Amino acid sequence: MMDLRELYQDIILDHGRHPRNFRCIAEPSNIAKGHNPLCGDKVRVFVILQDGRISDVALQGSGCAISTASASLMTEVIKGKTLPEADSLYRAFHARVTGGAEPQIPAALEDDADRLLPLGGVKAYPARVKCATLAWHTLDAALHGAAADAAVKTE
Amino acid sequence: MSASLALRTLSAPPPTLDAASLRADFPIFARNPGLVFLDTAASAQKPRVVIDGVAEFYRTDYANVHRGVYALSERSTRRFDAARGNGRRLPECRRSQRGRLRPRRHGSDQPRRADLGRRRPAAGRRGAISSLEHHANIVPWQMLRDRLGITLAVAPLGADDCFDLAALAASLTPRTRLVSVTQVANVTGEVLPVAEIARLAHAAGAKILVDGCQGAPRMPVDVRALDCDFYVLSGHKCYGPTGIGALYATRSIFDAMPPWQGGGDMIETVTYEETTYQPPPARFEAGTPDIAGAVGLDIAPRFMAELDRDAIHAHEAALTAYARAALGAIAGVRLIGGGARPVGVVSFQVNGVHPHDLATILDQRGVAIRAGHHCAQPLMDRLGLPATARASFGVYSDEADVDALVAAVRAAQSLFGFDGA
Repeated sequence: MMDLRELYQDIILDHGRHPRNFRCIAEPSNIAKGHNPLCGDKVRVFVILQDGRISDVALQGSGCAISTASASLMTEVIKGKTLPEADSLYRAFHARVTGGAEPQIPAALEDDADRLLPLGGVKAYPARVKCATLAWHTLDAALHGAAADAAVKTE
Repeated sequence: MSASLALRTLSAPPPTLDAASLRADFPIFARNPGLVFLDTAASAQKPRVVIDGVAEFYRTDYANVHRGVYALSERSTRRFDAARGNGRRLPECRRSQRGRLRPRRHGSDQPRRADLGRRRPAAGRRGAISSLEHHANIVPWQMLRDRLGITLAVAPLGADDCFDLAALAASLTPRTRLVSVTQVANVTGEVLPVAEIARLAHAAGAKILVDGCQGAPRMPVDVRALDCDFYVLSGHKCYGPTGIGALYATRSIFDAMPPWQGGGDMIETVTYEETTYQPPPARFEAGTPDIAGAVGLDIAPRFMAELDRDAIHAHEAALTAYARAALGAIAGVRLIGGGARPVGVVSFQVNGVHPHDLATILDQRGVAIRAGHHCAQPLMDRLGLPATARASFGVYSDEADVDALVAAVRAAQSLFGFDGA
């Protein structure tokens, strides 16, 4: 039996309880909605892209501790990044929670990638991986979705 | 109350279930030591008699039915037809009744097959449902609405998130043709007053469909006493196989219903110009049926009858009451709905712990519960909740299971730093 504290580390519980950047952005340049039909989690991701850099990012929604903490940590590491940097972090995060081969990331992003390490425990719980990835999938849709108001689903 | 109490003391007490020893009849528990299975409302575990009976049928008597003239096919056909006949046991509809029961696929399919008046324009006609319904008793009516132009009324939820008979009565009009309600709410365990709803429906000139998917496994069902026009149930929730269920309807209704799929057993004669159909129930069974499923669905109700369906009901009601008292005594736990005498199901919320986190934490202790919307998203919207945690019981569940659940909930609160806060 895996120790639950590896999944529910203090930083996860803290961000799950007190998520950062959970607010609306009145005039976002990019926005997307995400939905996990399995558990009913819903998020909206707001982004302001200025000169190719994410100058602000915020989320609204409801979810479990894993999805809320993942979303909160995401906003913290993503703010101020360029699009290619955000994509690198997304790929690194995705590999970490799904147990895939971790891509090379630029040295400048290593500290940010390390901040996402606590979510790695989720890969031992396949049914919960989608909780951790919902906000990131939604961010990806906001940044790269064809429509101005993209929607993603985990199912 | 006093009259029924007096009767109970005068007559012999109902047999009781010994859940702990019953577990020996369910191989899943021996193969999964320590399993605390509290998700029977999603699907019941299978007793050995069903597992072995289906396997033995495949080993010994299996061939396609109603086709071959050889002995093996005749044996298979006899077994299949006998299973259909024995389907009357679940629910109980005696041979003298005009009603027929036919093996069908799973419960979610049933309301769609019971849709009325397909051959006539139906614009302006109404259907009515409660707020406690499973998606399977909502979506087929919406599909029918979009196809035929009927309207669908939803009776609002009453106080304490319970069924409100007056609200349902108020939703009926002279144009209402069908009332479709669950017997036992799959989210809250509430038992709806189906016989009273049937009286209301009939007084309004409507027919009534009872969704027995949660009721049939948990209580005696006498379709004549309920006076329902349709009763549907799902085999896999009644300790039988997946992929098969049953639809009961009175003979006159079945006779008036057109087929819904073409080919195979439903055919009488076919020319390039036209086709004539078999009488019910064969009319509704195109293609090769779920033969082994029917055999399993024949065995499962016999298993339940041997345990005594009154005893099953008493066991589940008592265990549900025990669980509600035990969970309700935990600070920070809120029970959802349930009504006067809920049976088999309890939905709850733990303050500060999302149901999905709760289910993961409980699973680490071997406690399997359901977390989510339970295929009842509109009800969740009405309750203002994205999800609930749900524990549900079967004949093999006992107080030790509930005690393990309660201990696990306390552990989850402790992990999340919400010790009853």
